[in-house]
Amino acid sequence: MSTMLKYQQKDLKIVGTRPLRPDGVDKVTGRARFGADYKLPGQLIGKVLRSPHAHARIKSIDVSAALALPGVKAVVTRDDFAEMPDEMAAVGELMINFRDVTRNMMAREKVLYDGHPVAAVAAVSESVARAALALIKVEYEVLPHVIDVVEAMQPGAPLLNENQYTAGVKPKPERASNVAKRLEFGCGDIAAGFKQADVIIEREFNTKPVHQGYIEPQACLASYSADGQADLWTSTQGHFVFRAQCAKVLQMEVSKIRVTPTEIGGGFGGKNNIYNEALAIALSRKSNHPVKMVMTREEVFRGTGPTPGANVKVKLGATRDGKITAAEAELNFQAGAFPGSPVNQASMCAFTRYDLANVRVVGNDVVVNRPKVAAYRAPGAPIAVYGVESVIDEMAKKLGIDPIEFRLKNAAKEGTQTYYGPKLGVIGYIQTLEAARAHPHYSAPLGPNQGRGVATGFWFNIGNETTCSLNLQEDGTLTLNLGTIDVAGGSRAAMAMMVAEELGIEFERVRPFVGDTSTLGFNFLTAGSRSTFASGMACVIAARQVIEKLRARVAKIREVPLEAVAWKDGRAEPADASVAQFAPMTLPEIARMAGKTGGTVAGHAEINAQGAGPGFGTHIVDVEVDKQTGAVNILRYTVVQDVGKAIHPAYVEGQLQGGAVQGIGWALNEEYVYGDDGVLQNPGFLDYRIPVASDLPRIDTVIVEVPNPNHPYGVRGCGEVPIISPMAAIANAIENAIGLRLYQQPFSPPRVLKAISDAAAAKR
Amino acid sequence: MTRNHVSTTVNGDQVEFLCETQQTLLEALRDELQLTGTKEGCGTGDCGACSVMVDGRLVCSCLMLAVEAEGKAIETIEGMAKGEKLHPLQKKFIEHAALQCGICTPGILIAARSLLTRNPDPTESEVRFWLAGNLCRCTGYHKIIDAVLDAAREMRGA
Repeated sequence: MSTMLKYQQKDLKIVGTRPLRPDGVDKVTGRARFGADYKLPGQLIGKVLRSPHAHARIKSIDVSAALALPGVKAVVTRDDFAEMPDEMAAVGELMINFRDVTRNMMAREKVLYDGHPVAAVAAVSESVARAALALIKVEYEVLPHVIDVVEAMQPGAPLLNENQYTAGVKPKPERASNVAKRLEFGCGDIAAGFKQADVIIEREFNTKPVHQGYIEPQACLASYSADGQADLWTSTQGHFVFRAQCAKVLQMEVSKIRVTPTEIGGGFGGKNNIYNEALAIALSRKSNHPVKMVMTREEVFRGTGPTPGANVKVKLGATRDGKITAAEAELNFQAGAFPGSPVNQASMCAFTRYDLANVRVVGNDVVVNRPKVAAYRAPGAPIAVYGVESVIDEMAKKLGIDPIEFRLKNAAKEGTQTYYGPKLGVIGYIQTLEAARAHPHYSAPLGPNQGRGVATGFWFNIGNETTCSLNLQEDGTLTLNLGTIDVAGGSRAAMAMMVAEELGIEFERVRPFVGDTSTLGFNFLTAGSRSTFASGMACVIAARQVIEKLRARVAKIREVPLEAVAWKDGRAEPADASVAQFAPMTLPEIARMAGKTGGTVAGHAEINAQGAGPGFGTHIVDVEVDKQTGAVNILRYTVVQDVGKAIHPAYVEGQLQGGAVQGIGWALNEEYVYGDDGVLQNPGFLDYRIPVASDLPRIDTVIVEVPNPNHPYGVRGCGEVPIISPMAAIANAIENAIGLRLYQQPFSPPRVLKAISDAAAAKR
Repeated sequence: MTRNHVSTTVNGDQVEFLCETQQTLLEALRDELQLTGTKEGCGTGDCGACSVMVDGRLVCSCLMLAVEAEGKAIETIEGMAKGEKLHPLQKKFIEHAALQCGICTPGILIAARSLLTRNPDPTESEVRFWLAGNLCRCTGYHKIIDAVLDAAREMRGA
């Protein structure tokens, strides 16, 4: 059973305005409490010992010296956690396997990457805990490792899991492989499609892993009581999902764990999975003290999930007049130490912007000796789109067609059959292309060594299980308990706005908050741009329930038939002149009488929201390339995106700007750098350089609103799409500026310089 | 482990605390004085989330030892608003949607205030370079720059 609510066009008073966010004052005064800001009496500090090797068998772990150190209260290793069978569960857009979850939080047979946890201690202070880590003796048998995805796919490559046989290949392969899974999507006849083409372009691209780069390191506080119940405070994108994961790996009943989400200092997909949470509960259980665990920045880089690096091959065929006849891609994605890269999503996003008859996409999910990847905003899509939109750009140039015109000639629209399954419903892709073409940015003049690039993006957006409750208080104000974490985009404001709009009251009279896991039923995590769509739908249902109950109360109080009572502008009034007339009642008036007329009034929703509307975007970027240094400077950037409906336009702009800038960092600077020893060389913000204010221009935004027919306000969601296009748009702009196409991300000064010098050498 | 006694001034109040020799000012503020508004994003002086003022100078409190705070005057985010009255920068950050997750916000507000103290009428470029030591991963900085420039205008009475 799933829930959809149809879009209704109506005059809006609150939705579409820009009220101040309810978490604003706390965040500018230092009052807001994030993961590391929680503290309990008697708490210990927990720290993790991590593998210094990329790949090694653990022969033995001796914790006796650590335990003997005064102030050390508990140590946990693999022996403290149960073996987990293969069992899959959803986290955001990705799937996890509990066999791997338990191994990723604490290594069992082998360590599989530099930074893999092997033990954890709880001690009376940070310094004692650190001293204890140094006393743990781990005997390793170092094994050959593999970091690169293409090397990992070769038959002789060192195997991470000797029992892994490539799924999706028939018959079952005879030899174990680092390729965990092979996927294939397609439609039409690819060979015939290429035969129809006048021009065929085939290119290969490589990308490095990049990290979500949230500024708040993972932090949690656990308190286990001798009665078998645990409390956990943690910075998470999904407290219900974290509870489920902890319960599973600790073999506890779900209801015995209460998770309170703290303010989250950024996540972007990186806080969809547990890392220290189950360790903290286990240490608390063993020590009989609360245990707080906060990662260092180095641990965040070494131990938590970046997005995959990848090898991408794209082949495109088109007729001379600009019709794409065939599109083919091979996506080889690093999964990190355990299977589960977003290659599935990337495969589906690769060409879904175009209406194509003949498509074939092959994806490989490949394990390598790196941290297990996690979701990062539109997981996988930017990587595939970098390759595809680069080739689209080259094709347009070869055919002598304007790049936006070429995309329009092939654009997906309502009714387009995707190559992965469904037909597209009402979408706004063409509208974003047309708005981009009409934008003054697209026709502004460019100087020497400057170039302009365009690229587009698509993301599904998702719905899923959602809960909320809306309680009318005695004075007519309302509290809105949300099951969906506000990962900081401002969804608490958006939810309160939708409720206020429904009820016809001021935004400030609805107080939204996210409660702990004991206050509502299961709610999926905030991912896939589902929050404003799914939670918004739940809030509208709850608000409409409240209105129905209020009408019934007024009918009772005023002794008129229910049909005579209409709800308008925050009060009950006679439906029209033909019904029994009565004195209108405001929300506070009804609220004051609620006790005497049947008790308090509340609305709630427990739904599985479906009908998410896909989002599309078109980006325009101008760059200037310094041929002396190889530096690429972003001169101007415009994001055009169909969001369905911007509930709070300023917060939507913030998503578009923030996503685009993460994409700019991905394009220009960010990468995981490993040495030959398989050890990460840049686990800090000095050497892993994310964009700073002086790197950037203003980020112009154009919000396109083609309503999602399956949401009461037309919401699609907006957080994922803006990160998809920057890498491709910037690559296209660099090509436009200096005539050289870059096939390896990031487009950092050394790589750009090398491309320039290689091209000069080739000319000689 | 022997702990050191430190007397210092934080947001105008005389305070004392005990700390280990290797503890940073950031750790002392957060763990000993319970002033958790100052945040740790990196611990290596790269992100600016721990920015505080020490004797009128903008510093990363993760790079200063707590014992060095002896006799100094420290200002943190907790002292920025006067009672209920927000500083113009705080007000403009909310109005311009210049914060999302908010973890970098205290550090950026402290850094921005120190800029406006030195230069009440900065250009956009000056704001961008002054704040280049403060990482924000959510906003792309656009609205932060707008908020700082608007606060500067208001504080100048322009």
